[in-house]
Amino acid sequence: MSIKTSLKKITGLGSAKTGTTHFWHQRLTALANIPLSLFLIWFIISLAGADRYLLILKLSNPIISTLLILAILSILWHMRLGMQVVIEDYITTEIRKILALTLNNFFVIGVGALSIISILKLGFGG
Amino acid sequence: MAQLKLPKGSSPKAGKVWPKPKSENIREFKIYRYDPDQGGNPRIDTFFVNLDDCGPMILDALLWIKDNIDATLTLRRSCREGICGSCSMNVDGLNTLACTKGMEEVDGVIKIYPLPHLPVVKDLVPDLNNFYAQHRSIEPWLQTKTPAPGTEWLQSHGDREKLDGLYECILCACCSTSCPSYWWNGDRYLGPAVLLQAYRWLIDSRDEATGERLDNLEDPFRLYRCHTIMNCTNVCPKGLNPAQAIAEIKKLMVERQI
Repeated sequence: MSIKTSLKKITGLGSAKTGTTHFWHQRLTALANIPLSLFLIWFIISLAGADRYLLILKLSNPIISTLLILAILSILWHMRLGMQVVIEDYITTEIRKILALTLNNFFVIGVGALSIISILKLGFGG
Repeated sequence: MAQLKLPKGSSPKAGKVWPKPKSENIREFKIYRYDPDQGGNPRIDTFFVNLDDCGPMILDALLWIKDNIDATLTLRRSCREGICGSCSMNVDGLNTLACTKGMEEVDGVIKIYPLPHLPVVKDLVPDLNNFYAQHRSIEPWLQTKTPAPGTEWLQSHGDREKLDGLYECILCACCSTSCPSYWWNGDRYLGPAVLLQAYRWLIDSRDEATGERLDNLEDPFRLYRCHTIMNCTNVCPKGLNPAQAIAEIKKLMVERQI
């Protein structure tokens, strides 16, 4: 048991002096996600019924592959930031929280790397 | 701390139904009761108020019950005109001041609970110690480094107007305790009321501690737990907009970085 004043409890470990970059990046990626998501949807629809050859042909266009990579990066980064907030909000057990935040980072980096390498591989001829 | 279900000892049980007064003009109230001295779960008591003998406001009815039915009903109140912020409670599902909320504004049975997600001291009285400590933590007073002038600190009319919509806050805690983010992380998130007060000092043209104040707020929990849910603005009994004040603080944070 520990006896602390209310002020001691509230001030805790002090201000982390961070958070604005997270806030700003969430807004920036949200903005970027609007055109990039529309592009992604258009790209997926345009591939309806396409075979592997057509996909490789499309991805060999640097504008398409660049936009696709940007969409992956922006959406995944936005997702990482949002999921981090959800985890911090709802998971209070310290060890579980750290584990969930770590998995969140690993997942985003893993999926991002796999997606980008796949796009590049196909873009450079499959 | 996200608690989606009430702990066992906190879920209210059906309570006592108090006798009806001899009148045709009555109104039914269901009121949260909890007495730590008696232990057990909280209960919901049913009261009937004689409207022929009672003022129009919720607070009038509560005081009528206290005077005529059960003197042990416990609540805070003082000014009875929306200035002191003492009688904040949850009426008909919304946090408000009992003194400025009319019985006519509520349809059917009037349900009254203490402010949500705070420890209950007794009946409708919550423990606001942490809330007051949070207010203390933002140092809500004028801070200057320039030697104090012989007369008053001067302020232009325009700068004074920037405090409108902020200085009126009476710290009733209706907004903070309506905020889910404050429910989950009330120990680390300052909550809308305290952040509105923080902005009131950030925007004061006479205050010289703006940088230090922003430093103190720049924290993933203290400030950035606000997810613009807007319950604060919806319930503020003074018609203020804490959500906007928080957004303005975030803008200042970005402004000083770019």
